[in-house]
Amino acid sequence: MFDIGLGHYLTLSAVIFTIGVVGIFLNRKNIIVILMSIELILLAVNINLVSFSIYLNDLTGQIFTLFILTIAAAEAAIGLAIIVVYYRNTGTIRVEEIDKLKG
Amino acid sequence: MENLNLVFPEIFISITLMFLLILGVFKKKSTSIVFNLSIVTLFISIALIINNPFDTYKELFNGSFKIDQLSTFMKIITLASGIFVMLTSSNYLKNLKIYKIEYPILLLSSILGMLIMISSNDLIVFYMGLELQSLALYVLAAFNRDNASSSESGLKYFVLSALSSGLLLYGCSLIYGFSGSTNFNLIAQNLTSTNYALTSGIVFILVGLAFKISAVPFHMWAPDVYEGSPTSVTAFFAILPKIAALTVFIRFLYVPFINVFDQWQMIIIFISISSMIFGAIAAIGQKNLKRLIAYSSIGHMGYALAGLCVGTNEGIQSSIIYISIYLVMNLGFFSCLFMIKKNGIYYEKIQDLSGLSKNHPILSFCLLIILFSLAGIPPLAGFFAKFYIFLAVLEKSMYILAILGLLSTVVAAFYYLRIIKIIYFDPEIEEYDRDHNPGLKLTLAFSTITILLFFIYPSVLTEIISKINLI
Repeated sequence: MFDIGLGHYLTLSAVIFTIGVVGIFLNRKNIIVILMSIELILLAVNINLVSFSIYLNDLTGQIFTLFILTIAAAEAAIGLAIIVVYYRNTGTIRVEEIDKLKG
Repeated sequence: MENLNLVFPEIFISITLMFLLILGVFKKKSTSIVFNLSIVTLFISIALIINNPFDTYKELFNGSFKIDQLSTFMKIITLASGIFVMLTSSNYLKNLKIYKIEYPILLLSSILGMLIMISSNDLIVFYMGLELQSLALYVLAAFNRDNASSSESGLKYFVLSALSSGLLLYGCSLIYGFSGSTNFNLIAQNLTSTNYALTSGIVFILVGLAFKISAVPFHMWAPDVYEGSPTSVTAFFAILPKIAALTVFIRFLYVPFINVFDQWQMIIIFISISSMIFGAIAAIGQKNLKRLIAYSSIGHMGYALAGLCVGTNEGIQSSIIYISIYLVMNLGFFSCLFMIKKNGIYYEKIQDLSGLSKNHPILSFCLLIILFSLAGIPPLAGFFAKFYIFLAVLEKSMYILAILGLLSTVVAAFYYLRIIKIIYFDPEIEEYDRDHNPGLKLTLAFSTITILLFFIYPSVLTEIISKINLI
């Protein structure tokens, strides 16, 4: 019999978290992909919190998750707005071309 | 709920925020009114904080919100520097044609987030405060939205800050899972074992906080964001989030993680040494003053963190003294930057300061005092800030940290002195405007006089701070 325990959930969330972080650094094409990676990171945290909450029999983790979901939505909205502003100024959202400020 | 009066400052700011937003939308041409009312709001919040005795120690809302000497002091200096930043920035915003109601409102909401962060005693409350602060700061960085570099700096800040929030949150979830609570006091009781998952949770949280404070190796956003955003926002970035993030650093290290001191001590020492050295070396080749101040603030954060890795009350107090003096010096530096303008254009290259002393002796003298103080030359305030840090470090015989700190001070002195040489000994190029608004002059005078005369009564500051005992 194969039981799904806490360890499996933690592994799943660690894998998703790693995909998110690597996605931000390896991606050279599009900023929208970075937004998706940030969402992946936050979702990995949510999986972690919910599984801990069930395992500990404590509701705090699930309440924390609700807060994170709300903030993730707000963050995505602001991020998209900034991307629109940037696109209007430069006409591109390719990551390689965001290099006006350096030194 | 008998202690609700302790959270009056936060409640007052949040209600005023909504009121000002409605006022700004329904009344035409209300920018000045909203701007001035926000300054008044900050004044009233300081009064509401001072209204409670300084040594209040209370935990509210089931221990998730804490009022103690640390939070009271940090809130007062946050609000005071918020007032000064607002006073200095109004003319700059008018010149750039971004004098809009959103600016004071976003500033107020990020200050509200900082106040919540400073008082937080629970992971959820801390995260809410952090995000309230960050979301407002993303928009502020991109505030000059028709300018490509401003929107680029907003974009960079958004991506890196959201990543750091994600790392921090992952750390929070691990800490919650392995200690079984989100309350700092309960975490401190349960965090005694040396579990690998726990250690990685601590590392993730420290990485996220180091990002917010722009310490090496998580500093790469700071120079770009400082250079690209409007100067008034840069002044805000260089001062207020650092105060809040340093307070949270102190809170995390000395409340929930106090029992695993030996696990985080080496991390903080490493971050501190690398920030000091990097801040000193990388600033040498810079040509833009805002970029230079970004590297200089990375170095200064290294010194502030050096006080935290000591593990004594004296160390914490020296860090708090350091951040208070740092904010006064930066306020003065940015008021000087606001004064270097001509025909509505602000100059921010180091070469634009060439021969400034011929036409503007008073401004040059103020800049001289501020730069000497940033370099840490006695008897100015910046020297005392570093002196207390090194005193605390040497008391615990951490000689390597102290020696590396002193050496990087010497290297950092080079680029501050180079600016002074350019101001006083290079050929003059042009004359800048002389009509500055009173708020700007007041801020510059305040910071110069404080820096210059600090050595007469250092006890004014040190006696208040010596009451902050966390351990």
